[in-house]
Amino acid sequence: MGNLIEVSHLKKYFSTPKGMNHAVDDVSFSIAEGKTMGVVGESGCGKSTLGRTLIHLLEPTEGKIMMDGEDITFVNRQKMHEIRRKAQIIFQDPYSSLNPRMTVEATIQEPMRLSNQFNKQLLKEETDNIMEIVGIDSRMRKAYPHELDGGRRQRVGIARALAMHPKFIVCDEPVSALDVSIQAQILNLLQDLQKKQNLTYMFVTHDMSVVRHISDDICVMYLGQLVESSPVKELFQVQLHPYTKALLSAIPSTDIDNQPQRIKLKGELTSPINPKPGCRFASRCPYVCARCEQPQVLEEVLPNHFVSCCRAKELGGFEA
Amino acid sequence: MNEVNTEKKRILSVENLTVEYLSNKEVVRAVNDVSFSLNYGETIGLVGETGAGKTTIARSIMGILPVPPARVKAGQIYLDGTELLSLPEEEFQKIRGKRISMIFQDPMTALNPIMRVGKQISEVIQTHEGVSVSDADERAKEVLKMVGISSDRFREYPHQFSGGMKQRVVIAIALACEPDLLIADEPTTALDVTIQAQVLDMISELQHKRNSAMILITHDFGVVAKSCDKVGVVYGGQIVEFGTKAQIFKNPLHPYTQGLFDAIPQLTTDLDRLKPIFGAPPDPTNMPSGCFFAARCPYAEQACRANQIPAYQDGEGHICRCLKYGSMNQTGEQMSGGNHGKLD
Repeated sequence: MGNLIEVSHLKKYFSTPKGMNHAVDDVSFSIAEGKTMGVVGESGCGKSTLGRTLIHLLEPTEGKIMMDGEDITFVNRQKMHEIRRKAQIIFQDPYSSLNPRMTVEATIQEPMRLSNQFNKQLLKEETDNIMEIVGIDSRMRKAYPHELDGGRRQRVGIARALAMHPKFIVCDEPVSALDVSIQAQILNLLQDLQKKQNLTYMFVTHDMSVVRHISDDICVMYLGQLVESSPVKELFQVQLHPYTKALLSAIPSTDIDNQPQRIKLKGELTSPINPKPGCRFASRCPYVCARCEQPQVLEEVLPNHFVSCCRAKELGGFEA
Repeated sequence: MNEVNTEKKRILSVENLTVEYLSNKEVVRAVNDVSFSLNYGETIGLVGETGAGKTTIARSIMGILPVPPARVKAGQIYLDGTELLSLPEEEFQKIRGKRISMIFQDPMTALNPIMRVGKQISEVIQTHEGVSVSDADERAKEVLKMVGISSDRFREYPHQFSGGMKQRVVIAIALACEPDLLIADEPTTALDVTIQAQVLDMISELQHKRNSAMILITHDFGVVAKSCDKVGVVYGGQIVEFGTKAQIFKNPLHPYTQGLFDAIPQLTTDLDRLKPIFGAPPDPTNMPSGCFFAARCPYAEQACRANQIPAYQDGEGHICRCLKYGSMNQTGEQMSGGNHGKLD
């Protein structure tokens, strides 16, 4: 199976009054078709910006994005319409990502209307079809978002994303606004859809147990940079980057006899505005050394397990 | 009621608390007959989903229910033997912020955006401790340092702080007068895991120093496992299960509690599919006459839907509102030893 998405050296900078905010800085990874890539990191680390840049809700500053073997880094308007059909997004907050003045039906139909490919009859059939797939009762078609609970609203958001049969969906924290019992329903739905339609997901979240459950591979981001990526199960056994170690040790476990020993981080967060070239985690890292002031290179230390830390091999015991 | 730790001193007891909200012609039954108690030095976790009534319970204890539309229909709340619900507002003001204080859920809205953060802390001290403005400011700087914020930032405004730091300011305000009872309403929901761990450590450190009691409201079982001694599971405005942390995590009795545990993805085990709880919580304006969970419960029978379910208790203080458990309990099928029977 080939890679649907290939990203190399992608950068997204925002200009602010204080200088350039390096929100996404030199990130490279790929997602195989039909698989899920989880992206984790703390708020402000650039994980949502990365997702939005991939599908052109934000324009990239530099780098290369390949989708389905095609370079889509910089595109014209017409090409953009094509990308929108192939790549969609499900937003975090089902309360604010739906237009309160549009019915369920109108929301789901909007992408289809815009494509000018559907006549009235087809439009209705497709809407029924999609509503059934995502599990919204057809009696809800004339309902407005305020009449629906959180889980149903998120189903409408998913239905809208599916309307044009995309290949790739960015799921930007799709379950973090939902209660656990509803969260499980939506995660199951996303997995079923993936199997049936061979969808490729990029799943952005800060919930480690969710990402472990749903992803095949995982990327850990810290202040705009990719610090570690690996198959998901492996990352929960072997962490090579000191930040990943600290992050995983901070997750409260529901096993009351086996609480993790937390690695405590000290020091201030580095600002993402005009950062120095070295490792951005250095100011909080317990293993900091002189080499950390140099730019760090993403290196394949174990098969398919990449890390961007000059001391990773040494600390992991892979070389003297 | 049998207490496991009889040597500990009781700080709070909530008895049969029932709270309603009246909105045009409808009655929202937010809290229904909730009873629990808490000792000095203990932390109780209240878990449950959005709209279960956790925050309404907290606000009732804190005396900040919006009345109207809210109305305490029945019940008493005792703090060290003093009944709070019948206390005149002037008296309550002496307790609120001093003996009981609350950490609010959303630091973005809990702070006054046009007041310097230091002043928001020293205001509490000035009100309750009767000290001069400059002394209150000095103490506020100490409190800021205690939550890990440099006192240089005393004169800054909330928008100059990150989310995690704003939450620490909210905590500093709650801790400024060293309360005996701290109510933390989802104190870490808006925070990242590494910051969450820091904040939880900080709260428990301060709590041990003062031997304060805490009510921790959350929907995260991981946070409960880390920080709480006892757990109350709230559903439809009722505590459907109550017990020690070990009782709830190792032997959950209520089908709702079991459902919640099954619905969370685990960090250590692999599952192909999660097991959601089907259906939705009951409509609080139209509560069923029987068990509130019956409509979603895989074990529900005719009897469950007929009448209100009493709270059953075993000899170790493990309480559960479920007929299935109650009948087992009476025939002694599952429980070992102790005085089985009904609470109340």
